[in-house]
Amino acid sequence: MAQALSAGSPPNLPFGVPESAGSLHNQRFDLAADRVSLAAAFAVQRGSLPLEVDLTVEPGRVLVLLGPNGAGKSTVLRVLAGLLRPDAGRVVLGDLALDDAAAGKQVPPYDRPVGMVFQDYLLFPHLSTVDNVAFGLRSRRVPKAQARAAARGWLERVGLAEYQTAKPGSLSGGQAQRVAMARALVGSPQLLLLDEPLAALDARTKLEVRAELRRHLADYAGATVVVSHDPIDAMALADEVAVIEHGRVVQSGAPGEVARRPRTEYVARLIGLTLLAGTGEGTKVRLESGASVTVAEPSQGSVHVAIRPEAVAIYPTEPHGSPRNVWPARVASATPHGSAVRCDLDGPVPLTADLTATAFAELGLAPGSAVWATVKAHEVEVYDR
Amino acid sequence: MTDPNLTQRGVPRPPPPSRWWRTRRRPGGKPPSQRSGARIPLALLLPAVVGIAFLVLPMVGLLIRAPWSELLLRLAEPEVGQALRLSLITATLATLVSMVFGIPIAWVLARSAVRGRSILRALVTVPLVLPPVVGGVALFLVLGRRGIVGAWLYDTFGFSLPFTTAAVVIAETFVAMPFLVISVEGALRAADARFEDAAATLGANGWSTFRRVTLPLVAPGIAAGAVLCWARALGEFGATITFAGNFPGTTQTMPLAVYLALQNDPEAAIVLSLVLLAVSLATLTLLRERWLTRS
Amino acid sequence: MSGALTVFAAASLTDVFSELGDAFMADISDVDVTFNFGPSSGLATQINQGAPADVFASANSSQMTVVTQAGSAEGEPTIFTENVLQIAVPAGNPAGITGLSDFANADLTLAICTPEVPCGAAAETVFAAAGITPSVDSLEEDVRAALTKVELGEVDAALVYVTDVIAAGDTVEGIDFPETEEAVNSYPIVALTAAPNPDTATAWVEFVLSDVGAAALEGAGFRTP
Repeated sequence: MAQALSAGSPPNLPFGVPESAGSLHNQRFDLAADRVSLAAAFAVQRGSLPLEVDLTVEPGRVLVLLGPNGAGKSTVLRVLAGLLRPDAGRVVLGDLALDDAAAGKQVPPYDRPVGMVFQDYLLFPHLSTVDNVAFGLRSRRVPKAQARAAARGWLERVGLAEYQTAKPGSLSGGQAQRVAMARALVGSPQLLLLDEPLAALDARTKLEVRAELRRHLADYAGATVVVSHDPIDAMALADEVAVIEHGRVVQSGAPGEVARRPRTEYVARLIGLTLLAGTGEGTKVRLESGASVTVAEPSQGSVHVAIRPEAVAIYPTEPHGSPRNVWPARVASATPHGSAVRCDLDGPVPLTADLTATAFAELGLAPGSAVWATVKAHEVEVYDR
Repeated sequence: MTDPNLTQRGVPRPPPPSRWWRTRRRPGGKPPSQRSGARIPLALLLPAVVGIAFLVLPMVGLLIRAPWSELLLRLAEPEVGQALRLSLITATLATLVSMVFGIPIAWVLARSAVRGRSILRALVTVPLVLPPVVGGVALFLVLGRRGIVGAWLYDTFGFSLPFTTAAVVIAETFVAMPFLVISVEGALRAADARFEDAAATLGANGWSTFRRVTLPLVAPGIAAGAVLCWARALGEFGATITFAGNFPGTTQTMPLAVYLALQNDPEAAIVLSLVLLAVSLATLTLLRERWLTRS
Repeated sequence: MSGALTVFAAASLTDVFSELGDAFMADISDVDVTFNFGPSSGLATQINQGAPADVFASANSSQMTVVTQAGSAEGEPTIFTENVLQIAVPAGNPAGITGLSDFANADLTLAICTPEVPCGAAAETVFAAAGITPSVDSLEEDVRAALTKVELGEVDAALVYVTDVIAAGDTVEGIDFPETEEAVNSYPIVALTAAPNPDTATAWVEFVLSDVGAAALEGAGFRTP
């Protein structure tokens, strides 16, 4: 079982860092509460977009901020890191108030027990890898030798021990990401912020690094906030997801929950779900287009209807048989999606369907093809709007 | 990884047509010094040759007309060594002073949010367009014995700046510092300010960030600016002779010595000019190579 | 006579020649007189290098010899005036200068012309005649530069020409000293062989040598030879 990393308790550090390094750190932060929770409720104006959020993260938990570009996710991180001053509200970490707009108080970023990994990693190009990782300790007046020793320990931990004298320019994307993590964690921060940690990686590296990141975050005892536009990051890493659109949190909850019952178009599209608004009339839901969807659970009033892409079956001709949901449709677009082909279908009931590549080829489909789509009633989720 | 020598279908790419002035361009290809067969377009080559001739011929003229037979004799004269030593020392001091004050100015111009930065920038670069003699007169009016600040200096300490070696350094700094400020400001603007954010999250405050992250990142820009500054200081004449005066050993730098020698001994002037030229060329070549190739 | 006339003249002739130039142009229309004032040594070098001058008026004979020996002079030069050195001090004589011996005082801030120019050569002569080793702070490149330093009050005294002291008016006071007679600068004038405008050149020389010229020179403090 991997050792849990806790801030500043020397016996737990797995690589023989002399005790004095840890105790120097102790003097800075309130280590009695070394696992602290984050409570941030603030508003800030970003250009023409007002941003307003209310987040809480317990120690050891990971919150993923999901949202389209321009929604304000990175801004949230900048406020938490102290790089941007909120216009109103408070940011509190444990007992320490980092920001208090009403009282005019702001703890500068270099005094915050926060570690941050930036989107392009921003490893200092003029320093070697080990000096990059040691930077945070050197800032806290830890003597050079000790700081380097701690840094080397971290590099071993992320499997990059032989790269310690290399310059960041010679590292691959995945390696740079690991160094950036080590650099952020070496100072035993109480809050970890990750800005699009996997965005700069190619698909294959992403899979590996994501898995590693999962393990690191599981070991990390503090609160973590991750910003991402990729829903798979949310699914893989999050204990809790908060979706931000146009400067507001539009939905939050456990990742599975958000995926099953998305509340906005954006989230649904992200996950590939078809999300339709309608009026429940017993076991039928009448859509705005006039078409109706038969569902398994009866409902009344304003509802959302959600259909997973795998639940949609496509036929070249009108099928007969059990499904009571059969609609004509036209293929609007088809894009490869992992090992499947994701088709957007236009029609009285607009749908998103996932087909295997083989099935897609066998059906001879192309944008514009006329097809029939069916969905079993019990595969349709209905929930209040 | 695709082989640039094969087309998409794996067929060997045909050789490019042969024109002597063609330049082979590959996206993200090798640097010019490694590209074999890169030719300079004629439209660029001709003006470049003319420009080089324009800049180099006067120096060639000096070499041709130099009194080679008496060269060593003249070089042995004490005034030559004196003027050269003074020039090198004052130019170096002026460059150091320029760095101490100029780098912070550049930082304020590039990174801070104070208002009126564009005015400040214009003021700081005025010495570039001001005729050096005018600069010398202006320095007199402020720092001379009866100057705005100089009078106070004289009354309080009995010390006056004109006609001292310090005055030479001041005059040279006045004309050369703008070069450094502009170079460093440019380098700071080009540098990624996000590294400073990263440093802040790692516990480095403003000064610590500047010292450990910003300065190293813009070091090549500072070096280039310092070289320019040094060269300008070395060649300064008008402000020096006006503000610092002219006295061998104290204030007679090489450019002054050349000008005065020209009065009635042009051969001596040529010799002095050659010395200055040789020293400048050597320094500039050595320093520029080391610092510019490193970046 | 018409066209452009270019006169190279010693710096000390700046004011009086400019005056004479205006009179000349008023007298003879169609003539445009331009002057190049500077240290005689520098002017001589420029003339020998082929500068397009019509007339040369030097502050001493040795600089004129540089020109005549190079064959740039048309005929024999004529001495048209004389000038002697005087000690110039800022108005009010704040340092209490009394004579040439003060130039040996290392505590004072003093300027003379650099020996390569006529004014400086004359200074060397008078110091030698007086047996004084001067302790100066600056060797100015021409007499006008030295004068400016006195006007600004930046030097306690300088050795310049009598004419310069007069030209500076109230800002500068002059102190005579007996040794000045040891270094009388005779000013020769000559038209040049490469003169673009030889007729007007000759006319100008004659104008300077005339009564009008002599009167103007005397008024400026020069001495009749």
